[in-house]
Amino acid sequence: MLVNKKLILAHFWLAFAVFGIALTLGAWQMFIRSPIGTWLSNPELYYRSLTAHGTVMGYVFPTLVAMGFGYAISEAALQQRLVGVRWAWAGFWLIVAGSIMAVIPIALGRASVLYTFYPPLIGNVFYYLGVVLVVVGSWIWVALMSVNLRVWRKAHPGAPVPLAMFANVAGSYLWAWTAVGAALELLLQIIPVAAGLKNTIDAGLARVFFSWTLHAIVYFWLMPTYIAYYTIVPRAIGGRIYSDSMARISFILFLVVAMPIGMHHTFADPQVGAGFKFIHSAFTALVALPTLLTVFTICASVEIAARLRGGRGMFGWIRALPWDNPMMLALAFSFVMLGFGGAGGLINMSYQLDASIHNTQWITGHFHLIFGGAIVIMYFAIAFDLWPHLTGRELIDVRLIRTQLWLWFIGMIVTTFPWHWVGILGMPRRMAYFDFGDPAIAPQALSVTLSAIGGFILLASGIMFIVILARGMRAPQVDAGPYRFALAVHQPATVPVALNTHALWVALMIGLTLTNYGYPILNLALSSGTSVPAVYVGAQ
Amino acid sequence: MSTRDLFTFRNGHFRIGVGITAAILIVTAIVGFIVLPFAQPWVQFADVWDAICSAAGVPQRAASVTAPEQAKRLSEVVLTSNTLARPSQEAIGRGATLAQRCAICHGPTGVSRADSPNLAGQYAAVIYKQLHDFRSGARTNAVMSPFAVNLTDQEIADLSNYYAYLPRLPAYHPTPQLPKPNIVIYGAPMRGIAPCGACHGSLDNKTGSPWLEGQSEAYMKAQLHAFASGERRNDISQQMRNIARAMTPQDIDAAAAYYASQPPDVVKAVD
Repeated sequence: MLVNKKLILAHFWLAFAVFGIALTLGAWQMFIRSPIGTWLSNPELYYRSLTAHGTVMGYVFPTLVAMGFGYAISEAALQQRLVGVRWAWAGFWLIVAGSIMAVIPIALGRASVLYTFYPPLIGNVFYYLGVVLVVVGSWIWVALMSVNLRVWRKAHPGAPVPLAMFANVAGSYLWAWTAVGAALELLLQIIPVAAGLKNTIDAGLARVFFSWTLHAIVYFWLMPTYIAYYTIVPRAIGGRIYSDSMARISFILFLVVAMPIGMHHTFADPQVGAGFKFIHSAFTALVALPTLLTVFTICASVEIAARLRGGRGMFGWIRALPWDNPMMLALAFSFVMLGFGGAGGLINMSYQLDASIHNTQWITGHFHLIFGGAIVIMYFAIAFDLWPHLTGRELIDVRLIRTQLWLWFIGMIVTTFPWHWVGILGMPRRMAYFDFGDPAIAPQALSVTLSAIGGFILLASGIMFIVILARGMRAPQVDAGPYRFALAVHQPATVPVALNTHALWVALMIGLTLTNYGYPILNLALSSGTSVPAVYVGAQ
Repeated sequence: MSTRDLFTFRNGHFRIGVGITAAILIVTAIVGFIVLPFAQPWVQFADVWDAICSAAGVPQRAASVTAPEQAKRLSEVVLTSNTLARPSQEAIGRGATLAQRCAICHGPTGVSRADSPNLAGQYAAVIYKQLHDFRSGARTNAVMSPFAVNLTDQEIADLSNYYAYLPRLPAYHPTPQLPKPNIVIYGAPMRGIAPCGACHGSLDNKTGSPWLEGQSEAYMKAQLHAFASGERRNDISQQMRNIARAMTPQDIDAAAAYYASQPPDVVKAVD
């Protein structure tokens, strides 16, 4: 039951429009710092573009997808009209206003601080206020998801919450809490300086606040993808979810252990004690657990589909899968990229191994493979799956969809594998320019060129994606029927209260945040003499 | 089952969830705060508490050693990128009058014929800092110090604003344009030298750093040698001294010759 289709479509269209722009910037960046581009001789332009790319891809695009998908889940899984539609529109317009407010200073070169802010670098205050508006808009969505679930619970006391909604609300709570870190950094540290009230900043404390957000935000990005794995893919390929409980446990594990691990981003920072770095490293290792559970459950679910289609043998069933189905294709690509990206992540989270790749191009390669690859390809799949239900029109050209997914997969591999490689060779990240004529880095020219070509393949795929959706708006009308989510092999009749509510796991998430972040933050906040002069972007 | 039954040890999920989380936290804390610190034989701890504090990142108080008396004065100028922002026309006018006494070395248009720095179009913050340092004695020069010693804060600000206001003109000692030397563009990473151009123009500019294009080659060489020998010491946190000490004489020659041969950058509108 999808009622507020316009609301959901508005979120998706805005998300994919800004994605298209940021993708173009990304491809240009790959090109301009590769040996095939001619250097513009102005690094500021590069950082300007990089800030826009990161801000859109990190804050605006995935948040809008999660919100639009969340509203769709709330209506379709709970079978009830969205409560608080006006609030939802208010949230949407806040994001529009925030994005415009943030993009103007970026375009003027007044906020080339990259999306991770990098204090003591300070840009124009409107950039940060714009980001705050985007976050506030998304918090409205968090509240609405919670309210809608509560309304449903009242009408269905004791009934198991549909898996898609359970996971969706878990994702929204994770986002609500993880965004607090960046919000504290912005409100307490950066905005007072950007507004001219102070001219020094505690950069170390600001970085710790940001690490609070920086890792769990990835799991917020991941949530729609995992929801699609569990609740869309098995239905789309004619199978069933292998275990509903396993799915719930994965999502609550994400709630608990995605949060208190962000300090693996500050392994090289002197202001954090080594003991806390170790604890965060150990908890980061735990976050592999829900992913491994998911890979197991989804592979089992897919096997069920294959065997229902007549697949036989230990591995022979793989051939029986519906490989011409875009959802199957997207899942397979996503898993391959998740596998490689996850393996790379194990290196990043290790205190010792991190030292060899910290701040190198390996890191950028890693998060593009995980986010741009494994996660975003499922955003595409979600859009393809929902589109006929939102527009009432069929996406006819399945071949084009398959080509688009193939190109995205190939493009991402071609982009990120050489990117990882030059990182191992020591090429630093966040550099606007490399002189490949220098014998010291000349051997890396080939890898960087390949990466740039991959960037153009991705751009081509991104354009195809938008064309497919746009053509879908004009296709012949069709009745897509009610939107359904996948069913489990054993649909639960009752679910233990711990797996049907989020309170316990939210409490553990907050508790672990206090144990793992409390002392480092207090220590830095209460120490005097830890501030440094702000460096204003564009000032001489 | 209501939420009241959730947060109780009778609930198995609560027991297991909280129990496992707490157990992992305790084990990792013991390993991170006690086992691993003592596993480093090269670090000595007084006791377990000392090791825990160290691993937690408690700021360590250095033994109470009084800072050695500075034989020479250090620069006390604080610069932010808002220093001297938006000067008034009157301030520039007052500066122009005061600048007449500077013209004998720095030139009537702020471009020197005497191997003194060209000041026309130099950043206001740069002139401001150097004049303050000459006045306080943090930087000394037989010719310059007597001029600076009687300047008031207002006069220093006005002079800085006046010279920053002047257009950048080509210097009187142009030589054929040289290719960018490595020291300017890449620095020398193996010796910890950042590229000159990262602060002084050609690549980027940082608050408090002068732009150098068209400055006197002899002057720039002399300053780099003065930084290297410690004779000049008004740079913040030894930034320039550390760089100059690590530069070879060839680096110094190349950087000075390159910057001297460059025409001044087109003045960027900075407000």
